Amino acid sequence: MPKVTFVQFTGDSRTVEVPAGWTLMEAAVQNGVDGITAECGGGCACATCHVLVPPEWAARVPAIGPAENDLLECTAVPRTAQSRLSCQIQVSAALDGLTVNLPERQS
Amino acid sequence: MSIVIVGAGQAGLQIAESLRRGAYEGRLVLIGDESFPPYQRPPLSKKYLADQMADERLYFRPLEQLEKQQIEFRPQTRVTALDREAREVVLASGERLPYEGLALTTGTRVRPLPVPGADHPAVCYLRGLDDARRLRERLPAAARVLVVGGGFIGLEVAATARAAGKQVTVVEALDRLMARAVAPVVSDHFASLHRARGVEFRFGVGLASITAQADGSFTASLADGSSIQADLLVAGIGVLPNQELAAAAGLECRSGIVVDEYARTSDPRIVAAGDCTWHINRRFAAAHRLESVQNAVDQGKIAAASLLGQSVPYQDLPWFWSDQYDVKLQMVGLSQDHDAALVRGETASGAFSVFYFKTGALVGVDSINRPAEHMLARKLMQTGAVVPPEAAADPAFDLKTCLPPA
Repeated sequence: MPKVTFVQFTGDSRTVEVPAGWTLMEAAVQNGVDGITAECGGGCACATCHVLVPPEWAARVPAIGPAENDLLECTAVPRTAQSRLSCQIQVSAALDGLTVNLPERQS
Repeated sequence: MSIVIVGAGQAGLQIAESLRRGAYEGRLVLIGDESFPPYQRPPLSKKYLADQMADERLYFRPLEQLEKQQIEFRPQTRVTALDREAREVVLASGERLPYEGLALTTGTRVRPLPVPGADHPAVCYLRGLDDARRLRERLPAAARVLVVGGGFIGLEVAATARAAGKQVTVVEALDRLMARAVAPVVSDHFASLHRARGVEFRFGVGLASITAQADGSFTASLADGSSIQADLLVAGIGVLPNQELAAAAGLECRSGIVVDEYARTSDPRIVAAGDCTWHINRRFAAAHRLESVQNAVDQGKIAAASLLGQSVPYQDLPWFWSDQYDVKLQMVGLSQDHDAALVRGETASGAFSVFYFKTGALVGVDSINRPAEHMLARKLMQTGAVVPPEAAADPAFDLKTCLPPA
């Protein structure tokens, strides 16, 4: 199973295994990783599962869709070039070893 | 110290986890009458029904996560009484669980179809995971699906059934869709959307009876004398709050378990949260009941705070959503008693919002395929921003400028 690491704003980090096809958001929530709210449950409707994907991984994660692009303008901590919604990133073997950073807050 | 939570849905789980986050270290029992870990309900009428989501993905947490937090989860457990004098929850097994604090998150149950023949095996409802499984099992063999009720559940099921290639008819007793929740312009938009996908509607007429046919199908007779043949019926005609336990224990109930703005019932040791409550939210003059994820989560947090001896008033902004086909309807605020509804954007484009005003003040916004505008509307309402109606209706006006300076 691919492993991904979530790094909190405070610097604490957690590495979790992700079943194939799950999203990054689901991996965080199911493992009780703090810092991801995901109010809407993964519907690309709320911008509370904001993560920062480091540049070296940017090309390997799925591209930003139009709805996600709009919502990224509404994140609690303003969007950066690394910003993504973790509910829109499906984890595959290609993302094994991915490390993402969490913003200071989600709402 | 012991806290017992009756009801293991979204509100119950929220209270349990908020208590642990709030450094509550005593015994914590979460009782559910279903056989599953706490799960998300919204996907049941959408991805789950379309067979695009495995059960494990519906669950909020794997059971180990509950164990880790020392939440004593008791599935398949029915509570038969609340003994307030002894401060004990009585289980069907006869076991009595003592409590110092008690939370009622008993949710709702579906309103059954009140017509002759409603016990026909083709009649399905959708509230819990068992309902969703039953419906999902029956759907493949059904060619014709009759949906009774043009609300969120009925329309989401209609969309899923249509996407699966079923012939779908929706019967709605009122003259438009989602009438309790949205303005006519939104109702009309969704009626067109469903019609374009091949759904047929019968408005302004109720179901009168269901008659079994020899081949396992049925004939649904409508109040106007017409009839519809179908193989599967899905009724989405509303829910009833599960308040019998509370009422039998002498707690005040109306259309739901009555709680104050701190989610406290008429017994200070007992709180209640979620769909089952008739509650006060500081934003609104009148008490009401709300069936939503937002209310389960936010009121759950308030209830947990009260159990921890804090007094945090409930004043969160209500929001809701519904997914039908690839169209996302997001609502914020309560717009029922608006006196003006202004459209922002072109309805024909399929992406627009409706801004609702009451005596000039913004009371709600419905957004169709405009998630960013929905989030902005939430910010506007949360911050109490003044939005002039003419600005809301003018797509060229940047509504962000209405936000108070950060």
